[in-house]
Amino acid sequence: MKAINHIKLEFPSIPANVRLARVTVAAFASELDYDVSVLEEIKVAVSEAVTNAIVHGYQKDPKGLVTLTASLYDSSLEIVVEDRGRGINNLERALEPGEGTEPERMGLGFVFMRTFMDELEVNSEPGQGTTVIMRKKLPGEVKAMWFNEN
Amino acid sequence: MYVELQMKNVGRWEGRLLNLEIKNMGDTLMVKITGDFDLELADHCRREIDRNYEKEAVKNILFDLTGIDFIDSSGLGVILGRYRKVKENEGRVVIASGDSRIIKLLNLSGITRLIPVYPNTAQALKHLSGKVM
Repeated sequence: MKAINHIKLEFPSIPANVRLARVTVAAFASELDYDVSVLEEIKVAVSEAVTNAIVHGYQKDPKGLVTLTASLYDSSLEIVVEDRGRGINNLERALEPGEGTEPERMGLGFVFMRTFMDELEVNSEPGQGTTVIMRKKLPGEVKAMWFNEN
Repeated sequence: MYVELQMKNVGRWEGRLLNLEIKNMGDTLMVKITGDFDLELADHCRREIDRNYEKEAVKNILFDLTGIDFIDSSGLGVILGRYRKVKENEGRVVIASGDSRIIKLLNLSGITRLIPVYPNTAQALKHLSGKVM
């Protein structure tokens, strides 16, 4: 399905960019009539996905590059966060609450992504990187007035 | 009476407000965090809180989150990690926050099952002094 609108952002794996990523997605999503509370939840989900890419994917190595895309479809907003870092060895286990390589975060990252988004898909290969795809239903049908009908 | 230990802006990027303020209030370390409590601030907070907690030989920690605009698992992790340390030292942790967005995340993370949350620092301090249960 062709996206009605999309943005793509690539940035180095540094902590300051977690905020940049969520604020960018929030600005993109703010056109879509979501409640403010939903926008806040989307920001948390983006923050978690990007934090995982920086902390787990690249082990905070600033040479790593994180790619973020946000795409608007007829009935959903899709957010993809991708890294080319170390990948996840045991994906099934990583997705369980309470798991995670950083004990203090208690594996809350995936819990928040799953709680706040309607769909969560994680693809990962050890040594190849991780792709997180999250989708949120739109509050209503989006009429993309600024696009040609064809 | 309290002694102000430090108040500094730890922001590394111009235009971004990242603030951590740590005060010794007798047997309690008051930790005020403002702005966005995410990965960028988490490491610095963890280090500074632990350093001051040990240096000041206090028992309890009060997290003042009333000035926070955003929190995610990195910030929540700092609170949980400090809770474990304080508990080992037989101290108590209490949170001040009146923002429903922040409280929702505290609930989801399970923190509210471990740490009492009060809408402001005055009530949180009363809890620590045993006047509010």
